[in-house]
Amino acid sequence: MRKSKSLHLILRSAGWCCITIVVLIGIFILLKSYPFIQQMGISVLWQDDRWAPTQGLFNLVPIFVGSILVTMGAVLVAGPIGVLLAIFGQFYAPVWVAKIYRGLIELLAGIPSVVYGFWGLIVLVPIINNIAPPGASLLAGVIVLAVMILPIVVLAADSAFEQVPEKWMVAADALALQTWSKVYVIALPHAMPAIVSGVIMQSARALGETMAVLMVTGNIVQIPLSIFEPVRTLTANIALEMAYATDMHSHALFVSALILFMLTFLLVYLKNKLAGLRHE
Amino acid sequence: MNNAKLTEQLMCLILWCIALFVVVVPIAMLYELLTQGLSHLSWAFLFSEPLNSGRNGGIAPILLSTALILMTCLSVVIPIGLSCALYITEVCDRNSFIGKWLSHSLDILGGVPSIVFGLFGYVFFAQILSLGFSILTGGLTLACMALPLFIRLCEQALRNSPVSYRQAAQALNLSHSGYILHILLPSASSGIAAATIIATGRALAETAVLIFTAGYASRYPASIMDSGRALSVHIYDLAMNVAGGTKPAAATALVLVTLLIIINISARYFSKRWLPR
Amino acid sequence: MINFMKNLGLVTLVLLIVACNNNTSEKLVLTGSSTVAPLIMEIAHRFEQRNPNSRIDVQTGGSSRGINDIRKGLSDIGMVSRSLISSEQTLVAHVIAWDGITTILHQDNPVKALSRAQVRAIYKGEINNWKQVGGIDADIVVVHKAEGRSTLALFLKYFSLANKDVKADIIVGDNQQGLKTVEGNPLAIGYVSIGAAAYEKINGAGIKLLAIDNIEATLANVEKGIFPIARPLNLVTQKNVSPLAKRFIAYAQSAEVIDLIKQQFFIANHAKK
Repeated sequence: MRKSKSLHLILRSAGWCCITIVVLIGIFILLKSYPFIQQMGISVLWQDDRWAPTQGLFNLVPIFVGSILVTMGAVLVAGPIGVLLAIFGQFYAPVWVAKIYRGLIELLAGIPSVVYGFWGLIVLVPIINNIAPPGASLLAGVIVLAVMILPIVVLAADSAFEQVPEKWMVAADALALQTWSKVYVIALPHAMPAIVSGVIMQSARALGETMAVLMVTGNIVQIPLSIFEPVRTLTANIALEMAYATDMHSHALFVSALILFMLTFLLVYLKNKLAGLRHE
Repeated sequence: MNNAKLTEQLMCLILWCIALFVVVVPIAMLYELLTQGLSHLSWAFLFSEPLNSGRNGGIAPILLSTALILMTCLSVVIPIGLSCALYITEVCDRNSFIGKWLSHSLDILGGVPSIVFGLFGYVFFAQILSLGFSILTGGLTLACMALPLFIRLCEQALRNSPVSYRQAAQALNLSHSGYILHILLPSASSGIAAATIIATGRALAETAVLIFTAGYASRYPASIMDSGRALSVHIYDLAMNVAGGTKPAAATALVLVTLLIIINISARYFSKRWLPR
Repeated sequence: MINFMKNLGLVTLVLLIVACNNNTSEKLVLTGSSTVAPLIMEIAHRFEQRNPNSRIDVQTGGSSRGINDIRKGLSDIGMVSRSLISSEQTLVAHVIAWDGITTILHQDNPVKALSRAQVRAIYKGEINNWKQVGGIDADIVVVHKAEGRSTLALFLKYFSLANKDVKADIIVGDNQQGLKTVEGNPLAIGYVSIGAAAYEKINGAGIKLLAIDNIEATLANVEKGIFPIARPLNLVTQKNVSPLAKRFIAYAQSAEVIDLIKQQFFIANHAKK
């Protein structure tokens, strides 16, 4: 096709624009966290007694663990369920049911995290409290986060299943395969890379969720010994303390933001590596 | 074949159970919202200003602010996002420097925690660019957040366009820009519309970001340089900060959900209209 | 479709640019405590109606943010829900209302009153079962606030606690989160602003305000000056302020806004002795 130089120029500048934004954010976080690294060094992050920034103690490990646990929990719950729901919508449900379901899912994807968090606070936490006080806990965080990332996992899996070549499905029908066999043997393996990719991206989103976890996880700085114990995540920590933080405290919070940023980097790298591996 | 049939029936049962079970949570949430908020809703609620910190009165200025923030956000996201998606699918070489970096950048951008965006928006747009607490600041920061999702979805929509169209264009010696503008984009328009919807949904759902950027003011904004409260921020304030604000918060949440439904439906309708070409 | 989109985009752009022009009014920016913000917004609303050319912008961010912003010149007035500390004595505080802090329990909790020493022990983790203070045999769920909040600072000061000694089960951010947590948990104890608690109680929330050392937690008692944990709600400024800021502060301290203060369940400064 004939090239269009001016159009290509416009498109390319849009591309650079996007890269610039990411670079800016990266620089921003680095600049704000550098003073802490320079003055206090990074070993205090795991060597200090506990997290008590107003007293100069900056042990981030329990909060870091809190973030990881909540995220992993949410992904372990939402991932499989999301895939199964997508399979349901694509292969098992009658067309009208699938349509309604999809509509519901798309709607859920747009509900603000504060609504999820609020529901968690007034409904979920008291329920968990009846099982094991205090109610605001790792479990509550996992459930609320799972419900939040579920819609997009379903949507991602759904579009992955739509990519499966039509003729394969037709061939499977010709061979009189049961639906589940069709799914398990043919559709799932084909869609898996896209699904995994979607799940990893959603886990990045779960890692970054602030409002909802703030309202339901209890915000106690500790490494939980059971799922009924409260935890604090890196994001909730920033939200709770940023407004009130003075210089070194604020820089320490930016270091935790930097850690989140690097974790995201890691997840993205993982996603790309997996995509590369599975590419036939 | 008995084994396969058994597995089939089992899986069928399991899937239906999960599907029904999962529906329970959103319905529970909706029920909660309805019981708390329905009594507070009325036409006056939609068209009057908030009184008594939002406990009485309505949410009209907030609806306006939200609309303005969305408009600002979309007017940045759609041009830049679409251009970027086109760049990825049509122009750039996947293995080139910029190709790889663009892909990485978008993924990273999509994973940055919302609170970091809030802080970034506050420092960069509000302070460095001196936009202060304003709808513009909020819209621009939201645009940064919505871009990755939008671009990825557009990318998918563009790639789903039939190869035969491209081949026909080549056969007819169309210019690249001609192909893109007159054939590719129209054929992908439903996908692009869907991408816009999802990006809008994502933008409407953000709270932490907007508190730091578009701010807290609950009156009618005089312009986009004015501070304006978005629906999600209003819900947050009523639920978490104002005593006795639960009912108005639920009512506002119901309005938000209704808006989302309307946007979803109208987007589907419009994209169907544009599709047959 | 492309043409339509292009046109739509252009129209939007023009609208936005047109919408950018406004600078005919005097502007005032206040930032700070989220406890004071709803009250100030109501006062500002009324002030704007009386003075049509003014625009008062209220933003939250916490009392410390209020102080920092006026120091850096990012705002005109800071909203602070406590008295100024020693390092802030170069600034000027104008009291506009008073608030108290009360401990709250779930309404089903049989415990009716606690002494100062008991509350202290509960928060230190030395007493951790309700039966030790006359309640049922169950663990106490201690609800505490996040660091930096002025509510927390006052609470700690009154009960002679250091933050690191507190053994909490749940940490909350805003007042309402604290209220909702206690409301949903029959075993919880927490502390919030009296104004917020009284309002919720009157509107049917399932909590009760605890008497401290036999002094009931009521607004009347804060007004009389006998309720022990009370705090001023301040508008803080630099020594030199703009005329608009002066007028606003005078208005906020005048008798014209007493009904607004009462509506938020705070005590007007005039009433307090």
